[in-house]
Amino acid sequence: MSLPVILFVLVATATCVSAVGVVASRNVVRMAVWLLFTLIGVALIYFLLGAEFAGAAQLIVYVGGTLVLVVFGVMLTAQGPLRELRTKRVELIVGGVLGAALFVLLAVVSLELGSPQSDNAALPGTGPLGMSFLGVTETSPKGRVSGVPTGTPPPRTPVAYLLPFEIVSVHLLVVLVGAAYLARAKRKRVKP
Amino acid sequence: MNEVGLTPFLLLSAFLFACGAVCVASKRNAIGILMGVELILNAANVNLVAFARFNTTFRLEGQVFALMVVVLAAAEAAVALAIFLNFYNNHATVDVDEAKNLRG
Repeated sequence: MSLPVILFVLVATATCVSAVGVVASRNVVRMAVWLLFTLIGVALIYFLLGAEFAGAAQLIVYVGGTLVLVVFGVMLTAQGPLRELRTKRVELIVGGVLGAALFVLLAVVSLELGSPQSDNAALPGTGPLGMSFLGVTETSPKGRVSGVPTGTPPPRTPVAYLLPFEIVSVHLLVVLVGAAYLARAKRKRVKP
Repeated sequence: MNEVGLTPFLLLSAFLFACGAVCVASKRNAIGILMGVELILNAANVNLVAFARFNTTFRLEGQVFALMVVVLAAAEAAVALAIFLNFYNNHATVDVDEAKNLRG
């Protein structure tokens, strides 16, 4: 057992336990806390995989942004006895069986996939990532189209992710304006 | 065994996905359903980053898609919470079983 294996086992166990906690707890506030631990665990998994920027973005955007948003939603909508909505036992059993079947299906597929060994080259860091978002560099350093057998790599146009980046950013702007409009406090009309 | 392979990450992702699906299917609280959706998106993200690590042709793409998924998840959470607040203003509850105004 080497250090990466021990670290992965620890972090993965913590993440799985927290995910089960999200499903099992009935109180919405406790669900939010378990979700917090799950998101931090996923960020640690990114760090273990060597994707530092993705892990940092996960911590900042999810834990700092989305979860605060969810907690505010809980605070604004949960009052007194309404906070605990009990699930019917039948629904819980059916959902559990379906979830177990889904997990078995996905596990069988991923076990059949085999485990390619990584070539120990570091993932591209923040610099190549930002350059690809700006449309400067080519997509992948050794880029080949996936599914094409190795051999003659097809020529690849040096187009990177500037357009998706712009689409995502404008989408985020529009969505936030729409959310602010939807959630605004309705002022009662005062009739003269 | 010196290095963690691809399969453990895929298994972790599958477990997170199943937990999210059960959460979406069985919760009655609308915000609980939103948390389930977040779990599902995180499972997909773990897959993307793991393939970026273990497949040399996805070195950059995996991380780029993961970042886009994170941003789109934030947008989705904002809109969903706005809708839930509107629903709560009209119905004084967040029970999704009460949302049946459009039922014919």
